[in-house]
Amino acid sequence: MTMLATKTAAPVEPAAPKRKSLARRLVPYGYLSPTIVLIVVLMVVPIVMVISYSFRDNVIVQDNSVFAGFANYTKVLTDPDFLAAIKNTAIFITVSMVAHLVLGLAFAMMLNTELLGGVTKAIFRIVYILPWLFTIAVIAVIWRLLLDPAGVINYVLHSIGLINEGVNWLGDPGKALWAVTFINIWSGYPFFMISLLAGLQGIPKDLYEAAAVDGTNWFQRFRHVTLPQLRPVIISMAVLDLIWTSQQFALIWMTTGGGPLNTTEMLSTYTYKQAFSEYEFSTASAAAVIVLLLTMILAFFYVRQQRER
Amino acid sequence: MIAVAVAVKTKRTLAKSGVLAGLIIGGLFAGLPVLWMLSTSFKGNGDVFQNPPKLITSTFSFDAYSEILGNGTQLRYFLNSYIVAIAVTLLTLLVALLAGFAFSRFNFPFQKTINAVIVSVQAVPPITLVIPYFGLVVGLGLYNTYAGLILTHMVFTLPYAIIMITAYLNTLPKELDESVKVDGGTGWTALWRILVPISVPGLIAVGVYTFMISWNEYLFALTLTRTDDMRTVPIGIQMLMGQHSYEWNQMMAMSILGSIPVLVLFLLFQRRFIGGLTAGAVKA
Repeated sequence: MTMLATKTAAPVEPAAPKRKSLARRLVPYGYLSPTIVLIVVLMVVPIVMVISYSFRDNVIVQDNSVFAGFANYTKVLTDPDFLAAIKNTAIFITVSMVAHLVLGLAFAMMLNTELLGGVTKAIFRIVYILPWLFTIAVIAVIWRLLLDPAGVINYVLHSIGLINEGVNWLGDPGKALWAVTFINIWSGYPFFMISLLAGLQGIPKDLYEAAAVDGTNWFQRFRHVTLPQLRPVIISMAVLDLIWTSQQFALIWMTTGGGPLNTTEMLSTYTYKQAFSEYEFSTASAAAVIVLLLTMILAFFYVRQQRER
Repeated sequence: MIAVAVAVKTKRTLAKSGVLAGLIIGGLFAGLPVLWMLSTSFKGNGDVFQNPPKLITSTFSFDAYSEILGNGTQLRYFLNSYIVAIAVTLLTLLVALLAGFAFSRFNFPFQKTINAVIVSVQAVPPITLVIPYFGLVVGLGLYNTYAGLILTHMVFTLPYAIIMITAYLNTLPKELDESVKVDGGTGWTALWRILVPISVPGLIAVGVYTFMISWNEYLFALTLTRTDDMRTVPIGIQMLMGQHSYEWNQMMAMSILGSIPVLVLFLLFQRRFIGGLTAGAVKA
């Protein structure tokens, strides 16, 4: 999604004298001023605020906050709930990302087939994009309905003999994390699919023709043409997906709320609860800064990957 | 020769059936949950967990929809979502257009730095921002107001809009603006008279995406509003879940009504929209 916006523009008036007046040099900043004000208010100031909160006690709820050093960080990093949240988040984002990639690639390749007509493919494409068009609040209620102990998924699994009684997928500590991960897989694969489809359409046809002349089979062409050609798209999508999924809050909050017994607690729900359920804004801020640092590490890999391309 | 041709044709038919079967299985995975939501919204609430489940039950009706549409509180959620999303879209387009014009048509000190900051804003986790936003919005007296939501939603929409609009303006030749300057006009005139009118397709694509982000936003809407007269649709769906845990038909009807604006926008602008999206993701 990110791309560098600047392309060095040619001087507007090549014949103009070299020393522009101060007023003229300020013109571009004039156009940028609303953006700069918004970035400062919405980005720079809040980040400074959250970092300063994280080193103080009694912030927001009381007027007289005091400097606390690293106490909030020690508290968060030794909190078993926070460590559980790190583990859950790691499982949630890794499994989601791998499944998004596999499903996205499989669906994109089927939609890119030359064996079927354009109209058929267009209809399937809309169906395949559907999950991505619903807001997370809607996705949460749909899956609460489907996964209800008396719901249709349990009915089907029971009918084919896989289970004996209705399973409470979102309420069973051993299953809830897998259930929310499954929901996230369903809601997130279309974005991979769309990007990989565009990537597939960009692979030159003569690469496949040359491979076919060499007498390769389908799998060899997939391994030696398709995958290497898609590699840059796959890597950047994977890192972006890890970043986005690690920020997932609404889905967890509206399906399990982090429960049962913290088994689906994520870094986002932990931080939210500290702030808006416990009113411990100082510890919440420390957790929020840790989340920011972890994201920055992922973003660093993303930027480095972009540079290499 | 004929035998070979027949063999090739059979192989092709087989491959075609295989792909079609795969597409149908995938399509069921993608589409059945949505179909079930639609079907449940037309059921009487007593039939939601009917055994065996049926797509259309004997209690088929539009009652759940009329319940939602006849309820002032729910209608207010929709009004709020429209007000916020439309305001966010217009403001984002205006601010991003000015910024995109600066990036596309000028060279100035710190251009790269400012651009890098705008790009990096996209990676900052909302959960990190929501805590200081709460302090900030309360401090500015914007808690539980449209202004507070509109302002904070722009942190999500502005970076993407600036990047896309800059890229779009870069595709328009600079000679276009020159013609205005020859006639004594300024950059400002060139922007509004020449560039904006021919950028309408690009602006629509960015606008649709911006609207979607704001319409769907959950965390800030949850945290920065408190009363029913300020809540938006995603929170409204959650409130429905809290109040009447078992009014599944109404929850599904509200979900469908809440998804219609985005579905309509998507279907209308599908091609342009996917094009813009993948241009961002693939070229990245």
